[in-house]
Amino acid sequence: MEYHTPGSFKDAATIAAKAEGVTRFLAGGTDVLVQLRADMVTPDVLIDIKQIAGVKDIAREEGGWRIGAAVAGAEMTEHSELGKEWPGVVEAMDLIGSTQIQGRATLVGNLCNGSPAADSVPALMAAGASVSVVGASGTRKIPVEEIPAGPGKTNLAKGEVISAVHLPARGDNAGDAYLRFIPRTEMDIAVVGCGVSLRLDGPAVAEARVSLGAVAPRVLLVEDAAKAIIGSSLDDAALEALAAAASAACNPIDDKRGTIEFRTHVAGVLAQRAAKIAYERAGGAK
Amino acid sequence: MSMIHVTTTVNGDEVEFLCDPRETLLDVLRDRLALTGAKEGCGTGDCGACSVTVDDRLVCSCLMLGAEAEGKSIGTIEGMANGEELHPLQEKFIEYAALQCGVCTPGVLVATEALLKKNPDPTETEVRYWLAGNLCRCTGYDKIIRAVLDTAADLRKAS
Amino acid sequence: MAPDGNMTNGFKVVGTRPKRPDGVDKVTGRAKFGADAAAPGMLHASIVRSPHAHAKILKIDTSKAEALKGVKAVVTRADFAEGLTGENWNILENVMAGDTALYDGHAVAAVAATTALAARDAAKLIEVEYEPLPHVTDVDKAMAADAPVIRAGAADKSVPEGMHPNVVRYHESGHGDVDKGFAEADLVIEESFKTEATHQGYIEPHACLAQLGPDGKGEVWCCTQGHFNVQKVCAALVGTETSQLRVTPSEIGGGFGGKTVVFIEPVALALSRKANRPVKLVMSRSEVFRATGPTASTSMDIKIGMTREGKITAAQGVFRLQGGAFPGAPMEFTAMCAFAPYALENVHQIGYDVMSNRPKQAAYRAPGSPMAAFAVESVIDELCNKLDLDPIEVRLKNASKEGTKASYGPKFERIGLVETLEAARAHPHLTAPLAEGQGRGISCGFWFNHGGETAVSLALSEDGTVAISVGTPDIGGSRASMGQMAAEELGIPYENIRTTVADTATLGYNEISHGSRVTYASGLATIKAARDAVKKLCARAAAKWGIDEEAVVWEDGCAKPSGPNAGEFEPLPLAKIARSMGRTGGPIVGHYEATPEGAGVSFATHIVDAEVDKETGQTKVVRYTVVQDAGKAIHPTYVEGQFQGGAAQGIGWALNEEYIYGEDGRLQNSGFLDYRIPVASDLPMIDTVIVEVPNPGHPYGVRGVGETSICPPLAAIANAVSNAAGVRLTELPMSPPRILKALNDQANG
Repeated sequence: MEYHTPGSFKDAATIAAKAEGVTRFLAGGTDVLVQLRADMVTPDVLIDIKQIAGVKDIAREEGGWRIGAAVAGAEMTEHSELGKEWPGVVEAMDLIGSTQIQGRATLVGNLCNGSPAADSVPALMAAGASVSVVGASGTRKIPVEEIPAGPGKTNLAKGEVISAVHLPARGDNAGDAYLRFIPRTEMDIAVVGCGVSLRLDGPAVAEARVSLGAVAPRVLLVEDAAKAIIGSSLDDAALEALAAAASAACNPIDDKRGTIEFRTHVAGVLAQRAAKIAYERAGGAK
Repeated sequence: MSMIHVTTTVNGDEVEFLCDPRETLLDVLRDRLALTGAKEGCGTGDCGACSVTVDDRLVCSCLMLGAEAEGKSIGTIEGMANGEELHPLQEKFIEYAALQCGVCTPGVLVATEALLKKNPDPTETEVRYWLAGNLCRCTGYDKIIRAVLDTAADLRKAS
Repeated sequence: MAPDGNMTNGFKVVGTRPKRPDGVDKVTGRAKFGADAAAPGMLHASIVRSPHAHAKILKIDTSKAEALKGVKAVVTRADFAEGLTGENWNILENVMAGDTALYDGHAVAAVAATTALAARDAAKLIEVEYEPLPHVTDVDKAMAADAPVIRAGAADKSVPEGMHPNVVRYHESGHGDVDKGFAEADLVIEESFKTEATHQGYIEPHACLAQLGPDGKGEVWCCTQGHFNVQKVCAALVGTETSQLRVTPSEIGGGFGGKTVVFIEPVALALSRKANRPVKLVMSRSEVFRATGPTASTSMDIKIGMTREGKITAAQGVFRLQGGAFPGAPMEFTAMCAFAPYALENVHQIGYDVMSNRPKQAAYRAPGSPMAAFAVESVIDELCNKLDLDPIEVRLKNASKEGTKASYGPKFERIGLVETLEAARAHPHLTAPLAEGQGRGISCGFWFNHGGETAVSLALSEDGTVAISVGTPDIGGSRASMGQMAAEELGIPYENIRTTVADTATLGYNEISHGSRVTYASGLATIKAARDAVKKLCARAAAKWGIDEEAVVWEDGCAKPSGPNAGEFEPLPLAKIARSMGRTGGPIVGHYEATPEGAGVSFATHIVDAEVDKETGQTKVVRYTVVQDAGKAIHPTYVEGQFQGGAAQGIGWALNEEYIYGEDGRLQNSGFLDYRIPVASDLPMIDTVIVEVPNPGHPYGVRGVGETSICPPLAAIANAVSNAAGVRLTELPMSPPRILKALNDQANG
């Protein structure tokens, strides 16, 4: 296994483009090292991006935030402002693994691992986040929902690497939330995850984005679920429609973590609970 | 196989080692530096028995490469006591029987020391969630949680 | 043996809570566990395991692995002893497959190389050609007529004719006439239950360092609950003489029964013999789950009859246990423990030991008993609910007492079940108000406890300190309790005693640390060894004073004349006699070697409150109380620790822990990520009440406490969850999907 520590994302992309065999980028390593230890994936080329300037920065950007590719979950949680604007995103990241995992795990790693059950991804999608992708032809900014391709797969091409996550300006009368279901209180992979972000106009939901994790091969952005609450004041009828739309969007599998029946039902339950929290955070009285 | 040369600091001492790029920090600590206090209970970041601090940040040493330690400052259980003088957490763990077999204990202690540095007055719930990544199969956690809460109270009184 | 009249009270050291002697080592990282050993020239080993649940091994090609740089030895089954029979053959077959891989994870070859990475790389280069065979992993399916046969001819004579060949042992016991009893009942409930296999989940994977020379002499350092057993079994499996192999136990990072058996030590020895170098072999977590000894899974039918007044008129149970690809599932324990808490006129139990394509089960804390308690105590709870009776009062009404003919045959001696129930009834937990969505459950539990072969030696040093050598690995703080008992007898400070777990060359054979036997049996042997030393100390004093040995007594750490008639002499303290022992007859060492058989049985009653989220099926245990009879608690803090640990493991078993096999017969969750043991944030504080009803079979009244604590939780939690959810849960674990399904099924009629 080759181990590289490039000084720029351009260099990182170049190394990756030229690499032969299995290539992995290393930030927090909480997925890469698990796969290495389990003999699931032994990279031929490992590119550690942590020496690149700015990768550990959380910075203001156009009223929103730029979060570097190597920012660990704990650094997001400890940030004095980020969590006030995007509590759902920060809490989603914070749910991943233990305190120890939080010391290393990153948003970008969670996204690039390609797991449909990744906790931060539904929250990012609901938030309308995008990422910067660096490749041979330069850098492009694309929405988070365009990255996942299926279990363990992304739409990134060989030689492409994500350098940062961008959260839009939060704006007024808005809130987000992420909830997941796990059998224990900690340390499990989501059996169902749900992110909700919304903006209010008076008591009514003016804008909303609802996303679901672990109920399909990819994290889903569920437009019907958003539609179910837009225009409502999150009354019981709207909540019921929300749950129905969330459940209807599910295309899950039976596995060691849950059944189709269970995931489909709980997706609706979590959508309701997350929507209520986001609504309250947006200043709506419940 | 080409080895990587790494210079790092462990428990305040500068150390150098050569490692295979596939070796984890835990492998290096245990097999190359003979610091066997950190344990491999799972190798996947689920049990916390390998907990160490890297630049004061609590991590699983099984989920970090030895090569990544270049220029860092590593803290392990072997550096917790001040010479013969045990850390108050270590004293309290013995007094409270907060360990039975003791294999999770180094990781639990490193993790709780990091907690108390960050939060000198944690609630029971905060301690429990902070330690959720440190599996203990013997104690049911009861005596661990009590030992941590009481040590925190003692330290607050002393300061 | 009766408890010593003068020793059941007035203890000076017993019952106090001193610091454990290995405490500092364990909080500083200095304690050496299985994987912490190293030797000059040491190689690292890796095992190749079957990816199939059941497959013929057609060919093993090791040439590519052998050609890899750094590889020093490769072994397969051909490198182990031939011609073994009985249990030794079973163990070898499990340690290294013969012509058939019997479960996912079954070892088929192993390699030793100069580094751990090289060994892992080499293992991947060993090419094994398999012919997959039909497999079965479920206990009921393994008994069905169309089930594939795991191994023809494995059944013993106990099995009735006409059973499937996978049923390898059969048990039947009981007394009275159950049909007559059921006819006398006002209500009879019959229910079926299932429990999935669980794992002991010790945090330390199995590890060993082994050396075996061409002269047949060898050494093993390993984490085990029983190094004498490792010595005996390894010698047989590699074909050397028992005494030529010295086994030293490391500190042990949890076992709970799972480290009573041998998995990797013979492999490391065989590799070492071939390479003529020391070999270290450490399991990965995944190997621990796939290829060590989980519990049996069960399928059980229970029928109990009760009168309107709460008297049990008859009880019967059928217990089917799947124990993997070898005989040995503890179905007779399940059957014998099932109704032990109750004085029954009519009781009948049947057990089946069933083979399947899973790893060979091993002991896990009171093997077989928790599952039985889950089924039986659930039915009793259901009877109490339907008859509107108080669950504690019903259990008190039927409780076994001294003189009761046990459901499994013998008459109970003095036992403490009634006392635990009374203590539970008096506990504030039982009457505390429950919040919305919460339910309360109680359950009793029973375990036999065990004595077993035991040898202890206690040597005095010239400075008056004492070294105790025990042969039972310390799995829960026993070095502290041994020191306390010796201090009590010798009358010297606890701090002046050091207890060591000695290697196999130092003591006579000691049975494994199992059956909750250590504080009982090694404790009894320590007391007797101390008394042997005291006798010798008194003899030295008598010789010095020129009086009869019988005229010397031992009090407060000193030899004294027994009375005015014996003469007037200054008391001689232990340290003074020890200082001159070289000149007065040589070293003073106390011994005791025996197989004590008075391990008192033990009972517990648990109370638990659980909260169920009916929208998601998630359960949270919000309050837990353990009440258990310890006989006499030598070190109460460690007794509490055993109570709490057993309860926590029971909570995991009840709610989330399970072996999940895919259609392909492969284990789906071989890691702590998806084998979900309780984490700190899952649990409440666990209250404990130590009941002390002395065991007549121990000088201080000790009963083992390690295992009984896991017997009631499965049922207590099932009762709490069922009461909270309003639907009876009959399958473990009560995972959220299972609870939600039960709620839905009930809602849909």
